[in-house]
Amino acid sequence: MRALQEEMDQRYLVEIQMLKEKIKKIRKSVLEMTASTLPGIHVGASLSCIDIIATLYFMKMRHSPYRPDWSDRDRFILSKGHAAPALYAVLAEAGYFPKEEFGTLKSLNSRLQGHPDLRTPGVDAPSGSLGQGLSIGIGMALAARHRGSKNRIYVLVGDGECDEGQVWEALMTAAHLRLNNLVLIIDRNGWQLDDRTEEVKRKAPLKSKIESFGWQTYVVNGHDPEKILDALDLCELSDGPAAIIANTMKGKGVTFMEGTNKGHKMRFSNEEYLEALAELEEAS
Amino acid sequence: MRAIFGDTLVSLGEENHTLMALTADVAKPTGVSKFAEAYPSRFFNVGISEQDMIGIAAGLALSGDIPVVAVFAPFLMRAWEQIRSTIARANLNVKMVGTHAGLSASDEGGSHQSLEDVCLMRVLPNMTVVVPGDRQEIAEATRAIVQMKGPAYMRLGRDESLKFLEGDCVFRLGKAATVADGHDITVFSNGAMTSEVLDAVKATKLSAKVVHVPTVKPLDEEAIVAAARETGLVVCVEEHSVIGGLGGAIAELLSSEYPVPITRVGVKDVFGESGPQRDLLRKHGLVAESIGDVMMNIVGRKAA
Repeated sequence: MRALQEEMDQRYLVEIQMLKEKIKKIRKSVLEMTASTLPGIHVGASLSCIDIIATLYFMKMRHSPYRPDWSDRDRFILSKGHAAPALYAVLAEAGYFPKEEFGTLKSLNSRLQGHPDLRTPGVDAPSGSLGQGLSIGIGMALAARHRGSKNRIYVLVGDGECDEGQVWEALMTAAHLRLNNLVLIIDRNGWQLDDRTEEVKRKAPLKSKIESFGWQTYVVNGHDPEKILDALDLCELSDGPAAIIANTMKGKGVTFMEGTNKGHKMRFSNEEYLEALAELEEAS
Repeated sequence: MRAIFGDTLVSLGEENHTLMALTADVAKPTGVSKFAEAYPSRFFNVGISEQDMIGIAAGLALSGDIPVVAVFAPFLMRAWEQIRSTIARANLNVKMVGTHAGLSASDEGGSHQSLEDVCLMRVLPNMTVVVPGDRQEIAEATRAIVQMKGPAYMRLGRDESLKFLEGDCVFRLGKAATVADGHDITVFSNGAMTSEVLDAVKATKLSAKVVHVPTVKPLDEEAIVAAARETGLVVCVEEHSVIGGLGGAIAELLSSEYPVPITRVGVKDVFGESGPQRDLLRKHGLVAESIGDVMMNIVGRKAA
């Protein structure tokens, strides 16, 4: 038994190491898109949620790029649709479409739209207008429950997005329906378009608000894949819907925008791209 | 009318186990409570939250189910942006039914009267819009929108057991039906208004062609152009704003395909108010007498 446990621990460490390497490649893809996409992208909000989306796709979700329409697959809804480049980078890394398509992002006739769209292989739900993803997730969770499927539904919202009333309608509905196959993750990067989230409209105390709606709620470091994974595991034990508040940093990994709103929407100059890339390569 | 809708939904639910029904705390007045009783595991009352309801319907459709949502028409419009951004844009197989439309929520006043819904739904790409007229047509239209693929809006109005369409007038999606023939003037109408129009024709003894247009989108362009060509004079009648509804759609079509004078009868860019339904309809010129006057006037002008 001990030998088996040790082997499993060893395997876990290897998998985490592999995940971290993939995340590095995914970050690089997003930096590339920030340099190559003429109108610019929402790079700050993309970099804050990469660790979350990658951990889901590579360590948690049952899905297959060879069968993107498999009905029993787990679903991921990027409700904060402006972070589409992060999702595209993960989907391409997972094999849903070739990375060469990154160069077409936001250009005419591209499968990679400015915000998530069903024309992109692997995208489970459209988004772009904030506040709607959790409701869509409830519909998917009800469909799964009704047909007896074991699949799980993951919804990622931004903290600024929580200004939308529909998010709170959905929080009530999911708790009422005791949807234990639904997980909400909040990318708590502390910024929205105009200013810091707490300046525009106070969200705090976010955890107790969500708990008071009847959700099992965890708070984690949203840049630590192991901690994210632990929380996702705990969510599976909940007898109702579960939420994870992932504390993150807008622009994570690029010092000149980290924790600021500089990268809300931007295109890298050549110098900025090289600087960001060098920093990524240096990081362990 | 809503009872017919509810009964039809129950029989469709028997045939199709992916059919789901949703409402926002108006199960009884919309008629979906019958479905709820028959198939409790396929019915969801999400409470008074129309926006959440539309998102949930989208999630069900993305999972391969066929959700039918039924709420009061004006409050479905509260979720118009969700319908636009998620359901219409992704062409999701969601069926939306707006009840108590037009002036039919008469005593409740302007807040509850829906005079913009056809316009708002018609403008959305991928959307099918139907406004059936009587009991039989509501049953047929309900079946048709559930059986087609893609998003659809069905507008239901007055809660009367109207029966005025002839037995052989079968609802076909995208098709208009000539319910009275004549050559002096063409009247296009839909919903329960067609009943008033038929009464007006009888009273005026005009030789009028009455074309019932229960599908506002996609419009039966061929039939509408042909009817306009035959008479050269057109009146459109609907229990909706004169802006953007059936009259708007027909004016858009005929202005390029066969320009003729078009008179639009409807609510003239004002909100509703409380009052007995018949009085409200009379105030807005939506009763047989007023419609007949409009027709006589136009035909008289042509003769002069």
